[in-house]
Amino acid sequence: MNGVGIVSYGAYVPHFRITPDEIGKVWGVDGKAMGKGLMITSKSVPAPDEDTTTIAVEAARNMMKRCEVDPEEIGALYVGSESHPYAVKPTGTIVAEAIEAAPDLTVADFEFACKAGTAAIQTCMGLVGADMVKYAVAIGADTSQGAPGDALEYSASAGGAAFLIGREKVIASIDKTYSFTTDTPDFWRREGKVFPRHGGRFTGEPAYFKHVISGAKGLLEMTNTTPEDFTHAVFHQPNGKFPTRVAKQLGFVADQIRKGLLVSTIGNTYSGAVPLGLAGILDEANPGDRIFVVAYGSGAGSDAFDIKVTDEMARYRRDLAPTLTQITSNPKYLDYATYAKYKGKIVKRGD
Amino acid sequence: MATAPRFWRENPSRYNLVGFKCNACGRYHFPPRILCPQCRRKSVGKIEPVRLHGTGAIFSFTEIHEGTYEQDMNKPYIIAMVEMDEGAKITGQVIDCDACDLSIGTKVRTTLRKLSEEGSAGVIHYGYKFIPVCNGPEAPADK
Repeated sequence: MNGVGIVSYGAYVPHFRITPDEIGKVWGVDGKAMGKGLMITSKSVPAPDEDTTTIAVEAARNMMKRCEVDPEEIGALYVGSESHPYAVKPTGTIVAEAIEAAPDLTVADFEFACKAGTAAIQTCMGLVGADMVKYAVAIGADTSQGAPGDALEYSASAGGAAFLIGREKVIASIDKTYSFTTDTPDFWRREGKVFPRHGGRFTGEPAYFKHVISGAKGLLEMTNTTPEDFTHAVFHQPNGKFPTRVAKQLGFVADQIRKGLLVSTIGNTYSGAVPLGLAGILDEANPGDRIFVVAYGSGAGSDAFDIKVTDEMARYRRDLAPTLTQITSNPKYLDYATYAKYKGKIVKRGD
Repeated sequence: MATAPRFWRENPSRYNLVGFKCNACGRYHFPPRILCPQCRRKSVGKIEPVRLHGTGAIFSFTEIHEGTYEQDMNKPYIIAMVEMDEGAKITGQVIDCDACDLSIGTKVRTTLRKLSEEGSAGVIHYGYKFIPVCNGPEAPADK
């Protein structure tokens, strides 16, 4: 799209993990079987002093380490999340100050369930493509919520990734994007409520699968391509089962989704899920690789992208910030009591 | 209780480790001051704000078991004096590790975390904490 693409990227996942088995022990559920069904062996857990802001800052700082862009040249910054720490006061203001991009830029927080980060990418593409700004930052980050004992508790995790969108020294061009949106109440959280609610099995066929498949087919038609034309593919990953099945339905093979499928070890990072999957692919991608991306957000909609890795990737200093493999190595596993404390699920005296 | 404006004034140093260099003696200090504590009035007009790189080594540390109410969720927690690569010494919390993982000289880097909250409805204060580089991603410090 007019030479617009990813100039740099960065990722972050918290240090702590918990296993489905440990969660299941508390609720009288076979956690191992639950994990096997979801294809999740562990999920990330934010420390008590981490939230969407700190995760977004860490990802954005990793993004800035890898490039020589002056942060004052960033004209827009958007943070997509469904766990912004404030209902009123943008997460992006803190991120912009922390990467020294403030004050000459526009900032806003986005929300569209798990696809707010990719909606931010599309907005940045528009601003850069229209020459309204030279560089724009899109971040998808979450410390996702799952009520104690709910099925979501086995997967809801934390993490995020940031992308610097521009026209110069583009490491991956974003050639096309397509979105598919309907009014589908599969998952929601009302104002003032701590935990989301969902429609159980209704989150599957009429929600995730309908929107991801429609988004994917729309992009394939728009670009006149087939799954064989792509080196890698990443789909929204609320668990391991859904993206694996949808990839197969669309005609992608296991090797194409391998590098972007992170859910099995870090869980469902909501708005961070597809951005982190894309970051995982970019960590290992080579010039010429073509990447198929479909994000999904409940409510519901999908954003699809056709991304091509450029020759600039060979000169790009990926080594100046940690890869996802490095970030997720050496985690510390928690017991449920510590996890409950870290997630604020214990009401303290005086609260 | 802390107030939002007081913390807000200190955001540049809390977020991005903005300290200063005394161009009279060449030493780096943190947090920012209007005079060099060594050179005093000789430093007038020679104070230059600088952003520290964010990497250093533990000079000394201790584990705190009886902390403030705000740190209830973090107990026990580690506080260290860190000698930054530029020479300035900074006191801060060391996170994502246990005290047994640390020793004098352990390399650390800064990261942004929540420092405190003014209750569940108040302002959240963010700032630097330290993380051992061997316990997380090995990467250069923030620019």
